[in-house]
Amino acid sequence: MRLVQGNEAVALAAVHAGCNFYSGYPITPATEIMEMMARQMPKTGGVFVQMEDEIGSIAAAIGAAWGGAKAMTATSGPGFSLMQENIGYACMTQTPVVVVDSQRGGPSTGLPTLPAQGEVMQARYGTHGDHEVIVLTAASVVEAYRMTVEAFNLSETYRVPAILLLDAVLSHMRENVEFPDVPVRERLKPVIDENFLPFGADAPFLPFGSGHHTVVTGMSHDETGLPKALAGQAVQRILKGVQARMERDAREITFYHELALDDADIVLLTYGITARAAREAVQLLRADGIKAGLLDLQTLWPFPDWLVQEKTRQAKAVLVPELNLGQYVMPVRAALAGRCPVQPLGRCDGELFTPEALADAAKALASSVEIGGVAHD
Amino acid sequence: MTKPGVDLTPYLRQEMMPTVWCPGCGHGIIARGIATALMSLGLDMDQVAVVGGIGCSGRAPFYFEANAMHTTHGRALAYATGLKMVNPGLTVIVPMGDGDSMAIGGNHLIHAARRNIDITAVIFNNSIYGMTGGQAAPTSPLDSRSTTSPMGSIEPAFDTVELALAAGATYVARTTTFDFQEMPQLIAGAIRHHGFSVVEVLSQCPTYYGRLNKLGEAPDMLLYERDRTKLLEAFGPLPEITREEMVGKLPIGLFRDEERPEYVDQYHGLVARAGGGKHAS
Ligand SMILES: Cc1ncc(C[n+]2csc(CCOP(=O)(O)OP(=O)(O)O)c2C)c(N)n1
Ligand code: SF4
Ligand SMILES: [Mg+2]
Repeated sequence: MRLVQGNEAVALAAVHAGCNFYSGYPITPATEIMEMMARQMPKTGGVFVQMEDEIGSIAAAIGAAWGGAKAMTATSGPGFSLMQENIGYACMTQTPVVVVDSQRGGPSTGLPTLPAQGEVMQARYGTHGDHEVIVLTAASVVEAYRMTVEAFNLSETYRVPAILLLDAVLSHMRENVEFPDVPVRERLKPVIDENFLPFGADAPFLPFGSGHHTVVTGMSHDETGLPKALAGQAVQRILKGVQARMERDAREITFYHELALDDADIVLLTYGITARAAREAVQLLRADGIKAGLLDLQTLWPFPDWLVQEKTRQAKAVLVPELNLGQYVMPVRAALAGRCPVQPLGRCDGELFTPEALADAAKALASSVEIGGVAHD
Repeated sequence: MTKPGVDLTPYLRQEMMPTVWCPGCGHGIIARGIATALMSLGLDMDQVAVVGGIGCSGRAPFYFEANAMHTTHGRALAYATGLKMVNPGLTVIVPMGDGDSMAIGGNHLIHAARRNIDITAVIFNNSIYGMTGGQAAPTSPLDSRSTTSPMGSIEPAFDTVELALAAGATYVARTTTFDFQEMPQLIAGAIRHHGFSVVEVLSQCPTYYGRLNKLGEAPDMLLYERDRTKLLEAFGPLPEITREEMVGKLPIGLFRDEERPEYVDQYHGLVARAGGGKHAS
């Protein structure tokens, strides 16, 4: 047991996951990850480089991946915006890379030291063009550790960028933790013969200098990597393949917690730091006789519509509290397709929700859908 | 230099031929110069990585039988930095456009130079944005025409060599597609050099720069290159050239070739001091 900061947990988890390349540019509230990596990488024989900006940071991380590294970079909103073009490059080139975005208030410079969840949609759709990414989040220091390792694992398996969304509070908060031993997926080595396709379905990632002169390009290409004729059809085939593999394995990719869902009339659907208040809110609501439950997602994207449907089957209404003005509520609504009311609860003032505020919103929602509880006057 | 009949095919990716470049484009001459340099050094192509950006020049990686990366506009040096640091055994060559290296990617160029990382940047400078159809570049000379400076450019051009020297590159050369004798030698010298190297090659874009500036066809443009440049005392240190001699001329040749601590070595030193054992490779 020791007292660990959220950002520190991310750095330690990265080292545990085998990260041996870190590139970054300082920005609050993510800076401590970089400072930790500046100490950790030389000690473990990995590489640390402070780049000239975040565009360079993500580019260097992708380059390092092709050099054979497990690579990570970390930033916050302004830097995350700068990274978008090259995150798309990682998608198009099926490069495993981990990007941590510790969210602060935005847009623009916003509230540099205060928490937000304003990048939930940007993390999924921020780069142009159709693509798949994996987006994870966490509500505690120990979860930040676990999700960092899982980000490396999933990025490796599906050859997509894995984005870990933290927030200013989680990044800077300290908790007493015992780190769990999260298994690490090792990189598989493909057999290189004349049939080897570096971008074939389920082909393991093969870095440079391994005997196959791979061509890596952000232009549409086929399974050989070359931008040949009919590249449009080829890239559609490749991108649909990535999508299909992630759909096939949705249950392994999706991490979540649940609380008191079995008979819940009102489901609080949360992610990240808000889960902490939501757990207490459920207790408060239950004490008041309202059957509330919690679905807390660690995997935000690919969107687990099947899980949201499964876990809200009995619900009469769903409340989606977010530290933004209504982002994740949109796919939740789409998944439930009018089956029950889905109520957003948003704020972007740099404050967290209190359990009481969540409970009040849930009560209001309950009365609007005429769910009986203990009467209040 | 390549004599007629010298076989460069093992260095070139046959399945990608013919190139996308227009007939008469100087970029093919530079690619040939790079291949000639690679051959003269006898490098194992499995340990060569060619990392390009976006532009006509950015397509160059496709044409080498090597590990190849075609990245994003301006960012090739940042990609190459990560690649080189984790895999120092790779010889990393970065073909770049003039817009690619000095407009959108200028920041990465000066910082790669400052770090003195062992990468060879070859700048294909055609004084224009070729790929997007002939817009002004930061290298377009004052008064030159482009589709975005139809009445003549009012901006002064960057001097690539001065920029690279000031930023700290330890091997800096300029040559032209006309000077095919020197060009592969200067590129080979840059690859051999342990540190950040910049070789600017003045290239012709007959399709846009030539047409918009009424410079004629590709052969006329080669002669134009010849006439607007002056070779420094062959490959020696920067000679004293009188102002009168240089009027209207760009010096070409080798401007700097010096040793300074190289970035990957410096990092390895740090790893040793930190007790990190063998550096990841
Ligand atoms: C971020 C971004 N902005 C703009 C472009 C469009 N674009 C493609 S190539 C290019 C300029 C190429 O000029 P240069 O670097 O001089 O290379 P050349 O084609 O002349 O060899 C531009 C602006 C792009 N691909 N990406
Ligand atoms: S447009 Fe200009 S630079 Fe591009 S290939 Fe044609 S001649 Fe070369
Ligand atoms: Mg150009």
